[in-house]
Amino acid sequence: MIKKEPGVSFNLVSRHKLSNLSSDEKLNYILKEVKDGRILVLEHGLTSSEQTTLIEHTMKEIDHDTFIGIEMGGYGEEKTSFVQRVFGLIKKPRMTVIGPAHLLKMVHKSNDMIETTIIHGKGAK
Amino acid sequence: MGILDIFRRKKFSNVIQRIFGKKHAKIGIYGPPNVGKTTLANRILRDWTGDVMGSVSEIPHETRRAKWKTNIKIDNGGSSLMMDLVDTPGISTKIDFKEFMNTFGLTKEESRIRAKEATEGVIESIRWLEDIDGVVLVMDATQDPFTQVNVTIIGNLEARNLPILIAANKIDSENASPATLKSAFPQHPVVPISALTGYNTEKLYSKMVKRFGKKGSKRRR
Repeated sequence: MIKKEPGVSFNLVSRHKLSNLSSDEKLNYILKEVKDGRILVLEHGLTSSEQTTLIEHTMKEIDHDTFIGIEMGGYGEEKTSFVQRVFGLIKKPRMTVIGPAHLLKMVHKSNDMIETTIIHGKGAK
Repeated sequence: MGILDIFRRKKFSNVIQRIFGKKHAKIGIYGPPNVGKTTLANRILRDWTGDVMGSVSEIPHETRRAKWKTNIKIDNGGSSLMMDLVDTPGISTKIDFKEFMNTFGLTKEESRIRAKEATEGVIESIRWLEDIDGVVLVMDATQDPFTQVNVTIIGNLEARNLPILIAANKIDSENASPATLKSAFPQHPVVPISALTGYNTEKLYSKMVKRFGKKGSKRRR
């Protein structure tokens, strides 16, 4: 067993890992990790529908002493061309960072940059 | 009336609606907490019915249950929009009861209750998305508009092909920047307003009639 060092824990989650999960499994995985105090950087983020469901699940999980919610930032979904839409290709979500709100703070977000800060001293359990 | 008759009538009314536009729309007022959703709902109701929707406060999450009024008619020259208006609780990804205590001076008990009700309000807002025909998305023109909540709401509505009208509120504030908001979401119409003073709400009403009055307007940008 690897002994955990104190500090902030970041998990960089591959597109492959999430693509093998159903939407529900994906959201459960994300919420569990975030509740455990980890910041996740998803190579392929969530669709807007999944993000809305994640917010809904987060609200149900808020425990005002231990978990106040999430902070989330991602780039907009990739635009698809008319031809791609004709062939049934849908918009693809792009890289997204998600973490516990007591630990991760979104400073600024634009189309090209997501700026965050880590609140010191509150890393993963 | 037989079932077949009801079916025929329904089909017939659908055809009429497709040709002449939607006559009665359910419009949701959405946005993050404290952007002025209820102030706008009150403004719309006062202007068109003389009624009010709910109380407003500087403390976030004042509206914790969705409220609605039915059969509000907005006139715009020769055209009009008959709508049911839903004022939804602010959508947020986090709710910290300590913020109510430390920033707004509520007691611990008041803060905990408010926070608990606020989480339920967010869930209720999200569920209302299933049942509306269009959204007035209220944003605070003094704040950075490119928040994940705004992006998520817009993405969700686009995926459902629902018409969106962005109200850039608090334009009466000195540091308001509706241009920033317009450049952040160029794909949707943005109307700078002050729900508090009523500034430019005539333009908002005109846009609402155009945007939500016709079923075929869902994809119009």
